[in-house]
Amino acid sequence: MNPQTLQIICFYAFSLVTVAAALSVITLKNTVHAVLALVLTFFSAACLWMLLDAEFLALALVVVYVGAVMVLFLFVVMMLDIDLEKMHEGFVKFLPVGVIVAIVMLVEMLGLIGVWAMHARDLGADPAAVAGMSNTAWLGQALYTKFLLPFEVAALVLTVGLVAAVALTLRERRGARYESASRQVRVDPRDRVRIVKMDAVRPTPAAADEGTAGESKP
Amino acid sequence: MADQLINQVMWPLIYILCIVLPLVIAVAMFVYWERKVIGWMHVRMGPNKVGPGGVLQAFADVVKLLIKEVILPTKANRFLYFLAPLIGLVPALAAWAVIPFSGKMVLSNANAGILYLLAMTSMGVYGIIIAGWASNSRYALLGAMRSAAQVISYELAMGLCLVCVMVLAGSLNLSEIVNAQAGGKGLFDWFWLPLLPVFVIYFVSGVAETNRLPFDMAEGESEIVAGFHVEYSGSAFALFFLAEYANMILVSFLSAIFFLGGWLSPLQGWISADAPGWISWLGAGGFIWLFIKAFVMSFFFLWFRATFPRYRYDQIMRLGWKVFIPIAIAWVFVAGLLKYYDLVSIGVGA
Repeated sequence: MNPQTLQIICFYAFSLVTVAAALSVITLKNTVHAVLALVLTFFSAACLWMLLDAEFLALALVVVYVGAVMVLFLFVVMMLDIDLEKMHEGFVKFLPVGVIVAIVMLVEMLGLIGVWAMHARDLGADPAAVAGMSNTAWLGQALYTKFLLPFEVAALVLTVGLVAAVALTLRERRGARYESASRQVRVDPRDRVRIVKMDAVRPTPAAADEGTAGESKP
Repeated sequence: MADQLINQVMWPLIYILCIVLPLVIAVAMFVYWERKVIGWMHVRMGPNKVGPGGVLQAFADVVKLLIKEVILPTKANRFLYFLAPLIGLVPALAAWAVIPFSGKMVLSNANAGILYLLAMTSMGVYGIIIAGWASNSRYALLGAMRSAAQVISYELAMGLCLVCVMVLAGSLNLSEIVNAQAGGKGLFDWFWLPLLPVFVIYFVSGVAETNRLPFDMAEGESEIVAGFHVEYSGSAFALFFLAEYANMILVSFLSAIFFLGGWLSPLQGWISADAPGWISWLGAGGFIWLFIKAFVMSFFFLWFRATFPRYRYDQIMRLGWKVFIPIAIAWVFVAGLLKYYDLVSIGVGA
């Protein structure tokens, strides 16, 4: 078996899993199962990218989406109390809308492929292979030299989004209790406990009866 | 065809077994060592009945776990309940593929080795979350929630620490990172010196990422019984146990590779290669050095466990987000300056 046949077999296997998982995201009744199917979709998409030698993109997809975003998503979905029957009622009702959107997207994609084919745009050889370095190293150099400005603008946009998300959700609550770590560290034992030095004296029986301290009584 | 089958399927399988089987044995011995060390630190004996000095205790425990019944709680999600231990174990074993044991002993010398490691370690948390949810138990779900929040927080700090290592080494390949720490100044050529705060942060984050004490909120015996694996028994529980300990050993190896020069000798450059006999061997690198370093790092896990009380949830979050991440970000810039002004000597490898 030559490597190319194996690659094609792998491609079809991964795409089959991707499509099947993506379909089950919208058809599974249990929401947690649906989220896990979405995780599988991302993972097999990453496998497809790996087949294209796009190792950085593939691993970044796993690290960012599978490893972080979907964990938080799963976190939220597990906490939700969803009425599954009610959710499922809308499926048939909104099916026509979904089908129309899907058809429009398909036509657009076909149009794009057609335009591409008309211009006969050739992507050329893999630039990383031409430069003789790994895909990750080439991507890094391209991003930080040729595409520095768009890269930095994208980073800025993401930072603005981050600050906006915090600003939107942060609200001061009255009466919220919290511990201030620096205050805790600064605590002086002498403010909390008073150590009284006393001589070990046995009180005379007469003095004990008069009893300044009433709590010593049984 | 038969040739290809042997070369492309059988040999990799044998290599994988050469890593996984010793790893499983190492986990068993590490459990024994842990109980022994903690026993000594508590001034007691530790296991000493099964086998000479109690050395077979771990294997006795494994047999006990394997013959116990695996119980499925009522209304638990059957499929996910049994899938969860496997999802936890597979990334823990898969991450070992890119570990270079010495200059030539590496299963997959992947270019993007660090990224692969990050991808694998970040997937381990799914086992915990799914186990917590599928058990249909409040304690398990609470443990899973805590674990998810904790792992995501500390992953960021770990990633930033690795950025510092990448900047200095100029590579994502683990073998090249070790080779970048070669030089003539012995152990002072390793990255722990220019990256000292990052080294500390990386290892402590590794302890947090593996849910070990003092960061074991996910289990928290005194609050939520045993957290995410409270409903598991028998071999399913053994798989969680195996994954946790394999991850601990993995973090020890990674700290040794990223910051303590991997397989390089701490005496490199101080002993000439033509010195007689075993003296020249001391100066040469080899997997034995990596094992010694990893053993020392894994000892810290046990030492921490016997020494520190468990953190509170808000203290863990504060440590991760307000202490570790800012320091790690600042050190990325420091590492950049060190590299730009050539203040750190970067080896090219033997």
